[in-house]
Amino acid sequence: MARIQLKDLRKSYGNAHVIKGVDIDIEDGEFCVFVGPSGCGKSTLLRMIAGLEDITSGSLTIAERRVNDLPPAQRGVAMVFQSYAIFPHMTVRENVAFGLTIAGASKAEKAAKVAEAARILQMEHLLDRRPSQLSGGQRQRVAIGRAIVRQPKVFLFDEPLSNLDAALRMDMRMEIGKLHKALGATMIYVTHDQVEAMTLADKIVVLKDGQVMQIGTPMELYQNPANLFVAGFLGAPSMNFLKVTVQAVNGNTALVSNAALDPVEVSTRSASFKAGDAAILGLRPQYLSIAEAPGRLQGTVALTERLGAETMVEVKLKDDSSLIAALPQDVVFPVGAQVAFDFAADKAHLFAAP
Amino acid sequence: MISADTQGLRLATRYAVLVLIALIFVFPLVFMVMSSLKPDQQLLQDSGSLRAFLPVGDISLDNYAAAFQRAPVWTFVFNSVLITGVTVVLSLVVCSAAGFAFVFVRWKGRETLLAILLATLILPFETIAIPLLLMAANLPWLGLDGISWGWMNSYRIQIVPFIADGLTVFLFVQYFKDLPGELIEAARVEGASWAQIYRKVVMPLSGPILATAAILKFLVMYNQYLWPLMVTQEEGYRPVMVGLQYFFQLNVAWGEVMAYLSLITVPVLAFYLYLQKSFIASIASTGVKG
Repeated sequence: MARIQLKDLRKSYGNAHVIKGVDIDIEDGEFCVFVGPSGCGKSTLLRMIAGLEDITSGSLTIAERRVNDLPPAQRGVAMVFQSYAIFPHMTVRENVAFGLTIAGASKAEKAAKVAEAARILQMEHLLDRRPSQLSGGQRQRVAIGRAIVRQPKVFLFDEPLSNLDAALRMDMRMEIGKLHKALGATMIYVTHDQVEAMTLADKIVVLKDGQVMQIGTPMELYQNPANLFVAGFLGAPSMNFLKVTVQAVNGNTALVSNAALDPVEVSTRSASFKAGDAAILGLRPQYLSIAEAPGRLQGTVALTERLGAETMVEVKLKDDSSLIAALPQDVVFPVGAQVAFDFAADKAHLFAAP
Repeated sequence: MISADTQGLRLATRYAVLVLIALIFVFPLVFMVMSSLKPDQQLLQDSGSLRAFLPVGDISLDNYAAAFQRAPVWTFVFNSVLITGVTVVLSLVVCSAAGFAFVFVRWKGRETLLAILLATLILPFETIAIPLLLMAANLPWLGLDGISWGWMNSYRIQIVPFIADGLTVFLFVQYFKDLPGELIEAARVEGASWAQIYRKVVMPLSGPILATAAILKFLVMYNQYLWPLMVTQEEGYRPVMVGLQYFFQLNVAWGEVMAYLSLITVPVLAFYLYLQKSFIASIASTGVKG
């Protein structure tokens, strides 16, 4: 059982605090994705779990064992790096078998395990090649192969797909997903790509400035973002934020409006508001629909992007703020046309103004 | 539009310039070899004209025979090759391991020690020769016949002080810094010890810098003169450069000097040609990165 627990984990370089007290609980067999903008500390956190960075304070346990001070090799983890980090002077076979060679495995054992890994990753025909003769995707397979032969309890992926082109990235993403199901191991995956996070994760950890912003399943985070940062980070195009004023509060709902928005009653969830407060209303572009007049929001079309199956419309609202709507059909709006949008009040999110 | 003729002319000019530069470097060698084939009188007469570079006149191998008679040439060459070879091999091992520790392993005082090591680069050997000699004269040695004192008149005193040096460590440090750090981290996660990482990952990727360090060390060691002169009084331990003295005692025979020099140049050229490819690759790669 490889449950991973991070308790008040911190990392500082002198006075620079990079990780500022992180608590995460990753269940055995879970696929956990660390996501956040560059510099948020997600890679540092992964490297701390791998043992490549010292832990300044806090505790890290893997499989109920405190591993703070153990070297990487004794933590039972395997890691796949962004640059693949496969050894250029060894053949694919030697690369994949590297960990086994170090551990002193017999020739027969090595051959069997390498063959098994090659079968899973469909790279039997590459085993005698050198890394310089491989494409990016093939190199990534070798790196993953090297990780799986040792049958570790925990896999760590540090932005493994960011050096691949878009089409290959999607293929490899699906393969990693399948691999997780096949192996059933605990996996931690670092990425700045929210699509990878949404599609692969059982649990997403959103990080910003070395702090956890929210932890939850992809749908929890998408539907119930805890704060403006999470709301704006997940989902493409990003959630629209409208500055509104709270008119009245009634239990768990609040009546909000602004110059461009007719008063609408939305859930306050856990936040507390009082009448007169400034607030931010979050509306996902996908939840906006064209209204039969008059509609809740009115504005003029600034830009239309036709993507075939859907259409992105940028609208200038009456209060000069702008809003993007993702419409699930191909529609043509001339620039300057008047449009009105509706949305379901239960899909709107209300946040305290920062 | 540049015509084919203009292009050909340009190419010809470029090669002509390169050939000229190459000749400037080759002439002293040609002069040495040609002179070694001539009797002294003719050698001195020819040296004022182009004949100095041509195998003309009274050509023979007499000078070589005489050189072997005057000095134990093979002993000197053997000593130099032995001392140089052993020092180069040990130096590559020790200095690359030191460079490895400076670049990849985190330990207290690492940067200070590296700075001190690099500072030794500005000390000429002559400044430490005398203190080193005093130490060498008093060092203990555990040999087959028990403990003895003093390292004078031995191979080891010509080898040990030159195994580790700041320049060679510095070369390795610079090269290792350019290796992708993720390779080392990957090996660590896979369970490799520092020794295994050094042996199985870093050294196999260090071909060019090993060749460079080997050639530089070889040249320094093969050209040793002052130190062996200070620490060896017995002919049996003396290297080639000290052996050159034998040709300047009593009457100077230039033909024999040239014959001796030709002979002792052969190992250097052979070693350089052997490593030439890696050496150029290394210089070229550092040039691109620098």
